[in-house]
Amino acid sequence: MANIPAKRAIDFRPKSVDDVKTIIVDCDLLIIGGGNAGCFVAVEAKKINPELKVVIMEKAEIMRSGACSAGMDAINTYIPNGKTPEDLVRWSRDQVGGGPLREDLALSNAKELNEAVDDLERWGLPVLREEDGSVRYRGKWDISIHGEQLKPIMAEKAIECGADVYNRIAATGLLKDGEGYCIGAMGIHVRTGDFYVFRSKATVNSTGGAGTLYKSYTADSTDSGAQIWMCPYCVGSGYAMGFRHGVELTSLEQRWVATRTKDFCGPVDTISVGYKAPIINCKDEKIMEVRYKHLGGDSAPRYIRANAPMEEWLQGRGPTYCDTRGMDKETNWRMMCDYLNERPSFVLFLAARGQDPTKEPIEIFGSDPYIMGGHTMGGFWVNLDRMTTMPGLFAAGETAGGNPNKFVGGCAAEGKIAARGAIKYMDENQISLPKDLDEEQIRIELERVYAPLFRGGDYDGIAPRAMKDRLQRLMDEYAGGSSQFYRTNEERLDYALKHIAILQDQFKYLKVADLHELMQANETMDRVDVAEAVVHHLKGRKETRWAGWQTRTDYPERDDENFDCFIETRRDPLTGKVECFTRPYVQLVPGERFKS
Amino acid sequence: MPPRVNLNKCNGCEGLPESKCEEACPGDLMAVDPRTNKAYVRFAGDCWDCMSCTKACPTKAIETRVPYQIGYHKASLKPIMGSNTITWKCVDINGKEETYKYRNRMDK
Repeated sequence: MANIPAKRAIDFRPKSVDDVKTIIVDCDLLIIGGGNAGCFVAVEAKKINPELKVVIMEKAEIMRSGACSAGMDAINTYIPNGKTPEDLVRWSRDQVGGGPLREDLALSNAKELNEAVDDLERWGLPVLREEDGSVRYRGKWDISIHGEQLKPIMAEKAIECGADVYNRIAATGLLKDGEGYCIGAMGIHVRTGDFYVFRSKATVNSTGGAGTLYKSYTADSTDSGAQIWMCPYCVGSGYAMGFRHGVELTSLEQRWVATRTKDFCGPVDTISVGYKAPIINCKDEKIMEVRYKHLGGDSAPRYIRANAPMEEWLQGRGPTYCDTRGMDKETNWRMMCDYLNERPSFVLFLAARGQDPTKEPIEIFGSDPYIMGGHTMGGFWVNLDRMTTMPGLFAAGETAGGNPNKFVGGCAAEGKIAARGAIKYMDENQISLPKDLDEEQIRIELERVYAPLFRGGDYDGIAPRAMKDRLQRLMDEYAGGSSQFYRTNEERLDYALKHIAILQDQFKYLKVADLHELMQANETMDRVDVAEAVVHHLKGRKETRWAGWQTRTDYPERDDENFDCFIETRRDPLTGKVECFTRPYVQLVPGERFKS
Repeated sequence: MPPRVNLNKCNGCEGLPESKCEEACPGDLMAVDPRTNKAYVRFAGDCWDCMSCTKACPTKAIETRVPYQIGYHKASLKPIMGSNTITWKCVDINGKEETYKYRNRMDK
């Protein structure tokens, strides 16, 4: 049991691979990313078998890492009395306009969900309750919490259960054996400069989603480039590591785009669902009631609600707001507490605008797009055990695709399922660690990831930030970012692919001065590779199924005959060619799929 | 200008294996300058304003500021960490003050 401190940054300027120390750590189960899902993988694995050596490879420090680092104000799914897991799957299906979605995964997750949320409460998370002791629902499925300490609570349990946490190690690549099995992962210690090789019998990839692929509309000035909804330190490294090995990805075209508070990406469900504040346009029209009544009004599918304010802007009826005017002082105080629990600096933002929400409505706008398998559906194609198409590599939380609307509770539940799947895989296949070290594979990865540091001060190269900015602008303008109201077409996507190929060819010019920048260089290479997959997915779906999340101006209608299925990609590790194909949708939970 | 370090209050968490702010930051953005022994932000534009460093600072030397490009001068929001409560003190640009205090853990 250890939470291994990272140490202070040092001045580390190796001249070649010979100056980099390689450290080998062997374990039974490796977890890449100690976030929401990863912590639950660890706790469940140690519960099943306390003898297992479980290691968490953590890019930040586990107490405040990843998407939950700022806190959380709600658990978006908790099945109320009288409702069933099947009901939750039907709701999830409605949120994605009838699907397709992986109902097998959704159902298995739903059956675990409440127990995982109960775990959090038992561990110390304050769940708000009514006077009669029942859980306080703020909507149909979501419950209120005081989650300022959510991440430390999960992290403490992961450490307490006996997992070893290696902090500040940025994972860069998977370790593979001769038969294509995943046998661990490699990465850079961003404080010491050592190269870590973790060898494992099974590996769970739980690195979170991909923010920062697209330009944020606030990124036009130097100090507000990271004012986005998704944690900007989750850049899609997990997807990239798999994609580079030919692991199959699903549904990346179903991007997560959400209505957020404008200029400072804060939650809006908090106000619109939690406090029943309607969304309005500049003419004080209640947008959902006036324009989307036929699609369900305030209960319309999530992508329609997300896209509605942007349509108002496009039609010349912006700005758009959540109408909080007239809210009483006590209710407003509670709403501010919710924000302090999830996005505290939004309260500071309102103070910096001198704004009192009870007098002035809160402005809202669409976010930049993210790839997040815990919210929408982009991620690895997995089986019921949450194993990807690479034997020995599992996915949980945002990295596991096909199963939207997981959020905090669902990512926790999926962590448990993946832990069980990984242990079953080790036992049934009697997996043992390889005797010999594959030194060639380790050397190739080390050379790839440290190369920007070896290029030296005089080298005329590219800064990681410059390449990131170039990619973000490209994706924003050509692959359906917020500046384009999320729209794209075949020609723009081809343009994006052409430039992504140039960026990939220019990885060889990346140049950094220190270990922090070296992490950024690797993150940017990961972003570019994930962006390539995203563009192929957007090209593959030649219809418009979820306007806003996925809008094709050249194919503006839904086409059930050809696209009521999953879009998949895999990149051939030898040729680099991306293959795009489909998989069929299977309806398991009865009910009307298309209500409009 | 997200985290703003008060150099009079910061002691670089001397004696600890790493400073509390560099330990806490999910983006690896905080560091201590070995020459001055004071904390600094590597690049303000990469800050998510999650306030983890501000909550973690033992000498209350860090204040989170909203970038001026999106919010005006000068508002403040200061967290005070208790063992199972958090207290937030907020002052807006017009000097209006508000305090929020609530339970953030049940196990302590």
